[in-house]
Amino acid sequence: MQASQVEIRKVNKFYGPFQALKNVDLTIPPGKVTCLIGPSGSGKSTLLRCINFLEEYDAGEVRIDGQLIGYDAPGRKMSGRKLREMRRSIGMVFQQFNLWPHMTALENVAEGLIRVRGLSKRDAQARAEDALRKVGLGDKMANHPSRLSGGQQQRVAIARAIAMEPRLMLFDEPTSALDPELVGEVLTVMKTLAAEGMTMVVVTHEMGFAAHVADQVAFMDAGELIAAGDPASILHQPQDARIQSFLRTYHERNSF
Amino acid sequence: MFSIPVFLQAFEPLIWAARYTLLISGLGIALGLVIGTLICAARLSPYAALRGFAAVWVSFLRGVPLLVQLLVFYYTLPVIGIDVPAIVAAVVTVGICASAYISEIWRGAIAALPKGQAEAAAAIGMAPHHIWGRVILPQAVTMSLPALINELILLVKASSLVSVVGILEITRASQAQAATTFRPLEVYIAAACIYLAINLCLSALGRYLEHRTAI
Repeated sequence: MQASQVEIRKVNKFYGPFQALKNVDLTIPPGKVTCLIGPSGSGKSTLLRCINFLEEYDAGEVRIDGQLIGYDAPGRKMSGRKLREMRRSIGMVFQQFNLWPHMTALENVAEGLIRVRGLSKRDAQARAEDALRKVGLGDKMANHPSRLSGGQQQRVAIARAIAMEPRLMLFDEPTSALDPELVGEVLTVMKTLAAEGMTMVVVTHEMGFAAHVADQVAFMDAGELIAAGDPASILHQPQDARIQSFLRTYHERNSF
Repeated sequence: MFSIPVFLQAFEPLIWAARYTLLISGLGIALGLVIGTLICAARLSPYAALRGFAAVWVSFLRGVPLLVQLLVFYYTLPVIGIDVPAIVAAVVTVGICASAYISEIWRGAIAALPKGQAEAAAAIGMAPHHIWGRVILPQAVTMSLPALINELILLVKASSLVSVVGILEITRASQAQAATTFRPLEVYIAAACIYLAINLCLSALGRYLEHRTAI
C-alpha cells in the first residue's frame, strides 16, 4: 500500500474575528499514526478537516505528497474537479458516522466505488463485500444503518473509506459518539489498519489508543500546536504546563 | 326533509364534474412540483439575484389569496392579448401558487438533513450532481412526503375556487344542481362526500408511500 505524507505549514483559520488555528506546523510521516489530542475547542478537528479541505484554511499550506490541497496558488482556489481528484485518495471517518440512512451497509460502501471510481455495480459490490468482511461485518451487509449498533455503523463508515483504497485516513473523534462497550471494536479495526502501514491522523480522546498505537502525538490548545513528538515524551514526560494540566484532568476523570 | 333518492341522484353529475377537480389539482401539483423545485434550487443557489427572485416569488404567492390570484391572472391574460381557455388559466394559477409552498417544503427538508450527509459524500470525492442525486434528494423526498400529500389535499379543496372562472368542477356543478333541483342540502352533502372520498384516498396513498420509503 502506498502511504501519503502530509505537511502542514503555518496554517491559519478564522471564523470571523475568532482565530481557530494559529500558525500550525506539523509533519505527518507516511505509514505512521498521528494522534491529535487536546481540550475541546482547541482546533484539532478543524485542523484535521483542513487536510481534506472540508474546512477551508485561510493562510498557510497543507501539502499531501507535496501537492497543495485546496489552492492552485496562495489565494487562488483549486477547481472542484481537482479537489475531488485529491480527495479520492483521502479517507475520512466522522464522529457521527454519517452513513447514508437510505442505503444498506453494502450500498453505503459501494456508492463511492460506482460514482467516483467508475466501477461496475458488480465489481463495486464485490469490493464492498471485501471491505465489510475486513471490518468484521460480513453478516450485516444487507442491513440499513438504523439496524446496526453504533460500533457497527462506525465500522461500515471505515469500510466505506478503505474501499476507496486511500493513501491517507482521517479520523475525527471516531469513538466519541459510542457507548463505552462499543469503543473497543472500532479501535481494533483502526489498529489493524495502522499495522498495515496506512498513514492515519486521528483526533481522539482515547489516551490509551494514543499511548499504544500512535507513532506521533500532537497536542493542541486554543488553536495552537503546543507540542508534537513520540507518545512517551508527550504523554509521560510533558514539558508544557498546558499538557500537564490536560492530562491531570484526564486522569482525574478516568480514575475511580 | 332529507330525501335519500335526491341525494343519490345528485352523485352522478357531481362525479362527472370531479374530473375537473382531479385534473386541476393533479396537473396543478405536477406543475407546482416542477416550478417549486426550480424555485427551491434558485433559493439555494450561490447567486444573490436568483435567491432574491425566489424569495420574492414565494412571499408574493403565499401572501395573496389563491382566489385573488385566479381572478387577477384570468382577467389579465386577455388584456395582454393572451387567449387561453379558462381551464389552462386555472391549472397554471394553481400550479404557480402550489410552487411557492412546494419550494418551501423542499427547502425545509434539505435544511433538516445533517450537514455530515453531504460531507461524507464530498470527502470521498463525489461530484455535486451525485451528492444531490444520490444522497440529499432521495432523503429530502422521503422526508417531504407527508407535507407533499398534505399540499395535494389542500389543492383538491382549493380547486373549488376555480369555479369563479366558470369551470364546472364539483363545487360549481353542485351550485348548478342545487339551483335547478331546489334541494341544496342533499346536493351539497353529496359534494362533501365526494371531496371526502377523494381526500381519504390521497391520505391512504400517502400512508402507503411513507411506509414503502420508510428509512
